[in-house]
Amino acid sequence: MRDLLLAGNLLHPLEIDVLSCNTWGMYGNDFPADDTAGGLLGEVEAAEMALRAAAERGRHGSAGADPAAYFAEVVAADQKVEPRDWMPEAYRATLIRQIAQHAHSEIIGMQPEGNWITRAPSLKRKAILLAKVQDEAGHGLYLYAAAETLGVSRDELVDLLLAGRQKYSSIFNYPTLSWADMGTIGWLVDGAAIVNQVPLCRCSYGPYARAMIRICKEESFHQRQGYEILHTLAHGTPAQREMAQDSVNRWWYPSLAMFGPPDTDSTHSAQSMAWKIKRFSNDELRQRFVDMCVGQAEVLGLTLPDPALRWNDERGAYDFTQPDYAELMRVIKGAGPCNRQRMEHRRRAHREGAWVRAAAAAYAAKQANKKEPAKQKEKVA
Amino acid sequence: MSEYSEPTGQPGGAPPAPLWEVFVRARRGLAHTHVGSLHAADAELALRNARDLYTRRQEGVSIWVLPAAAITASSPDEKDAFFDPAADKVYRHPTFYEVPEGAAHL
Ligand SMILES: [Fe+2]
Ligand SMILES: [Fe+2]
Repeated sequence: MRDLLLAGNLLHPLEIDVLSCNTWGMYGNDFPADDTAGGLLGEVEAAEMALRAAAERGRHGSAGADPAAYFAEVVAADQKVEPRDWMPEAYRATLIRQIAQHAHSEIIGMQPEGNWITRAPSLKRKAILLAKVQDEAGHGLYLYAAAETLGVSRDELVDLLLAGRQKYSSIFNYPTLSWADMGTIGWLVDGAAIVNQVPLCRCSYGPYARAMIRICKEESFHQRQGYEILHTLAHGTPAQREMAQDSVNRWWYPSLAMFGPPDTDSTHSAQSMAWKIKRFSNDELRQRFVDMCVGQAEVLGLTLPDPALRWNDERGAYDFTQPDYAELMRVIKGAGPCNRQRMEHRRRAHREGAWVRAAAAAYAAKQANKKEPAKQKEKVA
Repeated sequence: MSEYSEPTGQPGGAPPAPLWEVFVRARRGLAHTHVGSLHAADAELALRNARDLYTRRQEGVSIWVLPAAAITASSPDEKDAFFDPAADKVYRHPTFYEVPEGAAHL
């Protein structure tokens, strides 16, 4: 099992604080150090260092009479915009929409994998899957907290999701039909999410950038555990191998679609790039993802379901078949295989958790009341 | 059950749980550092939620939570005026002083 850890070159040594965690050692995943400084985790660390460096450079000048010019200056200097700074309303609205959508995706994204927790093939796999799904809940919460710094409340955002007025990533509207899907989701879906999110660690809005740094560090465990599941299956019985290949066949194109519509149809991109919310275009990120996956699939001994996939020497990148964007649009609009099920499940979970929230609030109020008279007594004494 | 099923952000819904700021001491010898925020009904729940949310990988040996409403902040808009008194007191930094050649342990 260790051999596979030597595999993907995006698998980069984790930071000390992540490595020192007990559960990690428990599973025996001691990763040999490799020197892929260009790896994705390396980029997360670089983004974190850049964030510190920008903070140390400090802000020249002050908002003064022309806050719009000052905002532009801060963004141009790769400094971070912070919650109470002046910002264009459209910048605020764009961020709220993007961060909320991202948070919703983490929350809804727990469902496809939650589907397999009780059926994991071993206690070890079950514990890992639980930890992964719990991380996704955490990601959702970090992101709702980041959105709240922009003046919107988490409850409002949750309501917008439940009312179907805000979206989540369309990938989670596909069903998880086999255990191998737990592997493929970790490898491809979390993998695509990482490629998307690493550049967001350098986003111009401070709270979002900081949340993304934290999230990306956790995501690499998600990707590795998925890759390990697939590697195990791909080297198992013929039936297991077939299950792994079938799963990759089903998830490959939806994963490519995670990067959004092609640049020619992407409406928000240019402005987001100018504001340094986004750093790379959809197509650039998709290409990067494909180029990383080819070698990783080879190590797995699995085939990516694209007969047109081949190295293009001129471009220095792989040519590949684009996902079906018409299908992406249909799924976004609600006609994916699981849209209804995902929303119903989330609404039910929210409804069925209501008594817990109410009980906690009632208990807090009761405790506060108990303290009040005690305080008054103190004063009298 | 239905009385709680109203979406909470709607007017007339249950008020949202208070916001707490979370500070974590990563290791003995380091100060508590702000790591983020969360919603919880009371301090005890805030502490438990903070543990699950911010220290799933042993990122800390101690957690503080405090109600966000209890924090008094200097707004960045007032940054210059507010921090001005320190700006002209460079003599508070050791680098202000010239150390004569040969003077050790200073
Ligand atoms: Fe996540
Ligand atoms: Fe993940």
